[in-house]
Amino acid sequence: MKGRLTALVVTALVLPQAAEAHLVVSGMGPLYDGISHFGLSPEDFLPVIAFGLFAGLCGKAQARWSLLAFVPSWIAGGVAAMAGVALAPMSISIVTAAIFLIVGGLLALNRALPPAWSAGVAALLGALRGLADLSGIAASAAHGLALAGMALGGFVLFALAVSITLPLQRLWMIVAARVGGSWLAALGLLLVGWVVRYGPVIH
Amino acid sequence: MKLSRSPSVAPLLAAFAALVPVQAEAHILKGEAVGFVSGFLHPISGADHVIAMVAVGLWGAQLGQPAIWLLPVTFPLIMAVGGFLGLVGFPLPGSEIAIALSGVCLGAAVLLELRPPLWVAAALVGMFGLFHGYAHGSELPPGQNALLYSLGFVMATGLLHATGIAIGTVHRWPWGRIVLRGAGGVVLSGGLMFLWSALT
Repeated sequence: MKGRLTALVVTALVLPQAAEAHLVVSGMGPLYDGISHFGLSPEDFLPVIAFGLFAGLCGKAQARWSLLAFVPSWIAGGVAAMAGVALAPMSISIVTAAIFLIVGGLLALNRALPPAWSAGVAALLGALRGLADLSGIAASAAHGLALAGMALGGFVLFALAVSITLPLQRLWMIVAARVGGSWLAALGLLLVGWVVRYGPVIH
Repeated sequence: MKLSRSPSVAPLLAAFAALVPVQAEAHILKGEAVGFVSGFLHPISGADHVIAMVAVGLWGAQLGQPAIWLLPVTFPLIMAVGGFLGLVGFPLPGSEIAIALSGVCLGAAVLLELRPPLWVAAALVGMFGLFHGYAHGSELPPGQNALLYSLGFVMATGLLHATGIAIGTVHRWPWGRIVLRGAGGVVLSGGLMFLWSALT
């Protein structure tokens, strides 16, 4: 009886617990961890879809230049974060709300930007998301691969979103995309309220 | 039973349990579904909110282009402004009365098939959206996932408008116009009931 009790106590003491670090570990390797992080984070994929839809509505040139600017900027932002340019949780919350407001507002208004401006906004979006996602993460080969996975996920989703709106001719489809943009802008505005009331709400 | 009598089995079990590998997970998505579901259910849990938001879609469908999409875009955007004011604690008295009045006014607009200038319709809808958002914003529970709660909240609001628009498509048929005006009468009655309870 005493032996069993000792065994139970020892078991309870040495039972391994989940180590909660930063990136989700899917068990499929860091590249897929990055892809799953992107796919499971609304703060990442929502503005990417919205800006892809917007770039597609603007036209072919805007869509091409935006896609080209977006992926390297995401990687550059992530590398900068791993090099020590980290955003504080409060800044991440504010950046996320601002991105939602700006990107959602652009899509809702549907005013075509010149290609250079469109590419500039895409670069800013990519850099800020890369920076926010990798803030506080130590530089390592595994995290580099995770960053590549996130950028890959962003590239695919951006390209898919562009391919939806680029050939759009029907008014109701354009209206649906613009309504989606207004929802994202509303989400950004609500997030600002959350941040003002409760402080950093996105980490 | 034999197991409990054996002195060597218990330490062995302990060793096995201790060595069971556990996946190291980071950024665990705790309570995310709860945040989305609570946010989604919030706008549809109050009948006073539901009738007004459906009425926005009904009126937009009755007015046709471009009001059919402009009104449902205006409402959530201004509602978010109201939500922001509610969250930061800005005082906006009389919001319950304004919410009830939104059902009365929007129901009456659909019942009487009113066709004011577009900017008047958008301003009216926006003004009511402000009060609806304020009521929601001041009731937002702490401890929720802010992003997913807000996402569910905005999506539910938009889908209520879409429901109104979908019902409003009957406007293309002569009998549908009568049905639509009848739906406006139902919204008006509901609004009057909520106005009565807000005032008493």
